[in-house]
Amino acid sequence: MKKFLAMLLSLTLVLGLAACGGGNQPSGGNAQNSGGAAGNDAGNDAGDSGSDSQPSGGSDEITIALITNTTGDYAQYGIPVHNAAMLYINQINANGGINGKQVKVLEYDDKADGVETVNALNLAVENGATAVIGSVLTGATIALADATYDINMPQITASATAAGVTMIDADDPASEIRENVFRSCFIDPFQGEKMADYSYNKLGAKTAAILYETGNDYSEGLMNAFVEKAGELGLEIVATEAFATGDKDYKAQITNIAAKTPDVVYAPVYYGEAGLAIQAARQLGMTATFVGGDGYGNVKDYATAEELEGTVYCSGYAPGTESVAQFESDYEAAYGEPVPNMFAPLAYDAAMLMCHALEAAEAAGLEAGTDGYKQAVIDALNAIDGVEGITGTYSFDEYNNPVKSAAIIELTGGEEVFKEMY
Amino acid sequence: MKEKKPIRIPMPLRYGINLALILALWGTFAALIGQGAITNYWSGILIMVGINIILAVSLNIATGYLGQLPLGHAGFMAVGAYAGGIFLKSTPVADLLKAGNEAACLPYVIGALVLSAVVAGIFGLIIGIPALRLRGDYLAIITLGFGEIIRVALTNIDSLLGFKFTYGAAGLKRIPKFSGFHLVFICVVLSCTLIHMIMKSRHGRAILSIRENEIAAESVGINTTYYKTMAFVVSAMLAGIAGCLYAGYLGSLYPATFKFMKSIEILVMVVLGGMGSMLGSILSAAALTILPELLRSVADYRMVAYSLALVLMMIFRPKGLLGSYDFSMSRVLEKGINGLRGVNTGKGGGAQ
Amino acid sequence: MISCLEGHGYTDAGGSIPSPRVFQKARFPLHSGHPMGIPRLRPGDGHRMFAASSKKRETREEVTAQMDLSLIFSQIINGLQTGSVYALVALGYSMVYGIILLLNFAHGDIIMVGAYTAFYAIASFHLHPLASVLLAVLVSTVLGVAIEKVAYTPLRSAPRLSLLITAIGISFLLENGAQLLFGADTKSMDTIVTGNAALLGANVSYAALLTIAVSVVAMLALTFLVQKTKLGKAMRAVSEDMGAAQLMGISLNRTISFTFAVGSALAGIGSILYLCAYPQASPTMGSMLGLKAFVAAVLGGIGSIPGAMIGGFVIGLLEAMVSAAGLSVWKDGAVFAILIVVLLVKPTGILGRQITEKV
Repeated sequence: MKKFLAMLLSLTLVLGLAACGGGNQPSGGNAQNSGGAAGNDAGNDAGDSGSDSQPSGGSDEITIALITNTTGDYAQYGIPVHNAAMLYINQINANGGINGKQVKVLEYDDKADGVETVNALNLAVENGATAVIGSVLTGATIALADATYDINMPQITASATAAGVTMIDADDPASEIRENVFRSCFIDPFQGEKMADYSYNKLGAKTAAILYETGNDYSEGLMNAFVEKAGELGLEIVATEAFATGDKDYKAQITNIAAKTPDVVYAPVYYGEAGLAIQAARQLGMTATFVGGDGYGNVKDYATAEELEGTVYCSGYAPGTESVAQFESDYEAAYGEPVPNMFAPLAYDAAMLMCHALEAAEAAGLEAGTDGYKQAVIDALNAIDGVEGITGTYSFDEYNNPVKSAAIIELTGGEEVFKEMY
Repeated sequence: MKEKKPIRIPMPLRYGINLALILALWGTFAALIGQGAITNYWSGILIMVGINIILAVSLNIATGYLGQLPLGHAGFMAVGAYAGGIFLKSTPVADLLKAGNEAACLPYVIGALVLSAVVAGIFGLIIGIPALRLRGDYLAIITLGFGEIIRVALTNIDSLLGFKFTYGAAGLKRIPKFSGFHLVFICVVLSCTLIHMIMKSRHGRAILSIRENEIAAESVGINTTYYKTMAFVVSAMLAGIAGCLYAGYLGSLYPATFKFMKSIEILVMVVLGGMGSMLGSILSAAALTILPELLRSVADYRMVAYSLALVLMMIFRPKGLLGSYDFSMSRVLEKGINGLRGVNTGKGGGAQ
Repeated sequence: MISCLEGHGYTDAGGSIPSPRVFQKARFPLHSGHPMGIPRLRPGDGHRMFAASSKKRETREEVTAQMDLSLIFSQIINGLQTGSVYALVALGYSMVYGIILLLNFAHGDIIMVGAYTAFYAIASFHLHPLASVLLAVLVSTVLGVAIEKVAYTPLRSAPRLSLLITAIGISFLLENGAQLLFGADTKSMDTIVTGNAALLGANVSYAALLTIAVSVVAMLALTFLVQKTKLGKAMRAVSEDMGAAQLMGISLNRTISFTFAVGSALAGIGSILYLCAYPQASPTMGSMLGLKAFVAAVLGGIGSIPGAMIGGFVIGLLEAMVSAAGLSVWKDGAVFAILIVVLLVKPTGILGRQITEKV
């Protein structure tokens, strides 16, 4: 009896979860879109192992895939990407779609895991996707890029900033490029160089200290680029300290840095850790300016105004400026919360760029889902020159990275204020 | 009436039956893949199923058969994955694969698998010798500690003697993707066969006796240290092979993948299937790899469901779904034949 | 610059600067009234700031000697602060292990729940900080007892392995549940205790002093509880011999629940003190903290209350020393290495008692 009960219990657990389809998005926003699409692919894949990859369903729809990590440890980055991309697609569809065809989005959650991303891609291909927007974290995006490269599927990412996403061998400048992969954000080396330049030329710093996060590709990438550029400029690095992922105690590192009295501290970490580091520094009496990368978005919530005063960082997104005002209000109206971080506008632009390229392929009269179509989309993305997005004007260099200037944001009076483009 | 004696299928025939079963299974899959009935998507899933099966059955040796609770299994997988990956990156396999010359890759791939097994086995030895002196909870914690140390070391050591070695947190990328379905299937079959043969032998019986009562086993002359270490090392070696296959499937490795959570995921597979049942581990590994794909719509709740399942399982059915039942085709046939002849086989179960 | 210091009484008669802390702060006129004393930077300050640093280097040698001492002292304070939190959590582990021989993996996650309670109490319900603290401790206690009743009581006669697996399951249930409910990102809140004090030439935050003080008081209270009260006697009896205690009329369920309650309450206090130092809450904050506190409990001797205290402080100081040596990325590794060394050399820990298994 007990055995039967246990079996029944576990089966009902599993089936119960399957039955209550359309999971709750933790962002608390409007989840109707995702619920619908999710129900759609559950129906699609469960019985569909017999069908081959087919061209886009129907001649009045263009199918693309949106692969983000809406669950898991870093979902707070994946959810804004997902939401903003969907916002753009919904707006396009409301305006009649591309070339009269509605854009159908297959939404997949990859939990930022490489294996899941590849699975999601395979599923997308099976369901007729002709382009991919994704993924969010660097590791998953590189795994995805490896897979899309093999089938020449156009891919654009809003947030993966490592050079290795578009370059096959990131260490080799003459390495082969994945021609089909693009991104709407700038790359880690670009940010590091930019801030070294800014610190030396604009802030007038002669000495700098570094605090970075080991075990974090992004942080290490920015740090390496900063150090290299600083060496070229003559900016002296007087201290280099690091902490491990998940660590919250930086007193020891800050104490060591404070002893060397640098002019600026370059801390290319995310907003939570940045806030804690700046707090620790101020508590120890350090007044050096903290300089950071685009991960600093929203750092204003993680330390007091006094502590943050004067902190600068570069971003792909200038909050509160004219070009993004419309987007910000649209996002808030659709999802019930203000734009959470810079990944949302970058995703909006990524979707915009992809749709722009899809338009070009449609205009050439090709059939969605075929190889010729995919190549046309890739060519169109390559040819983009001066397309206006909400985070800047886009054109791609030979590494498929966007050529954009960075927005410099300064913390003034507890608010993140756009200072200038640099 | 003279009582008919129950027929027992002789050993060579049993091997034959098992081999036939395996070949039939392989043939079915190969045909389905060849015809495209199993798409790229599903064959990818099947490869992951295979890798998880090897992980689950290897942990089952140490958990189900030996009765311990090592919580650092992901560490062995990581070590094997990195060893295999680094080895293959330094061989011409990448170019051979690009040129479509799969046959020439074979010696390198086998070399990589053997290397990852050996390296993982060495780590198993290093960790096992001190760890196995402890009991129960302490063993769990010390293996957890070792697993974490391996992960921290892989994250922070990116170059060895100035030579870019494991690339640290940035990840080991561009590993040639050699893991195809057939390779993984063969590895699964070989692993299960190895475990089965060990457990059937007197080594296996020694291991089981240690699980039942270690002091009694010691007192009848079984060298418990030797057998515990042996089981631990075999478990680690197979995890290393699974890691190598994982590296070959994904093409890139990040230390963050092999954290404590991964060890727990493997543990959940073993516990749900039934500690001590190889078939249980196989089925639950397969189920727990395929179910998340089918239940994509409720992906949010997946981890909560796992934890809940673990707790409920322990409270209501600690032995797992299959207990310590182990499947044997030959035994099923025996029961069938003898049933038809109307003979009572009595307690025909036990060691097959 | 010297003149602006004189008015604040920082210089001695000779006009030289006595301590490095003052030197760092005195680059701009101090704004009085702000608890942190940090001046507001204005545009154009950049040039002034960097001009000062070159002067600084000249007099650096003078203050280096004083700095080293205060550096060491502030690192020690750091270590004691984190060590106190570890000690409070380790006490919970030790008590529960002493009584039912279970390593309660979920203990670390009770801290996480306490932290989120405090966060929502302050941020969403706008309760007074003191009320939030009490609420957090209350919620932690209730949660600990609930877990015990639901998950551990049915398994009291089960093999220890099953109990351990259940504890792991509960731990992950709490973590993933929190991730589902509250989102995966960190929630930041205002620091509950702010301000620094000058002690031996180093900047010591009030939070650190409070943490150390509270934990010492808590430990003393616990020792009193265990040694002098009837319930404490019952706890000691049950951990000595469960069967005999029952024969003596001690209610097993009540004693075990009480043990869990006390342990969880201490964890709740620990979480609040942790928040004073690092005012952020995230779903996985409890797991590493819990693991390290467990190492502390093992180091001190699991089942022993003074051992847990000692172990906690030792682990905290070890981490501070490793960080001070510049190897902070190896902090976690060092803690686990200590665990391994302890388990190999003296598994019963510093103050633990030998448990012989009879056949």
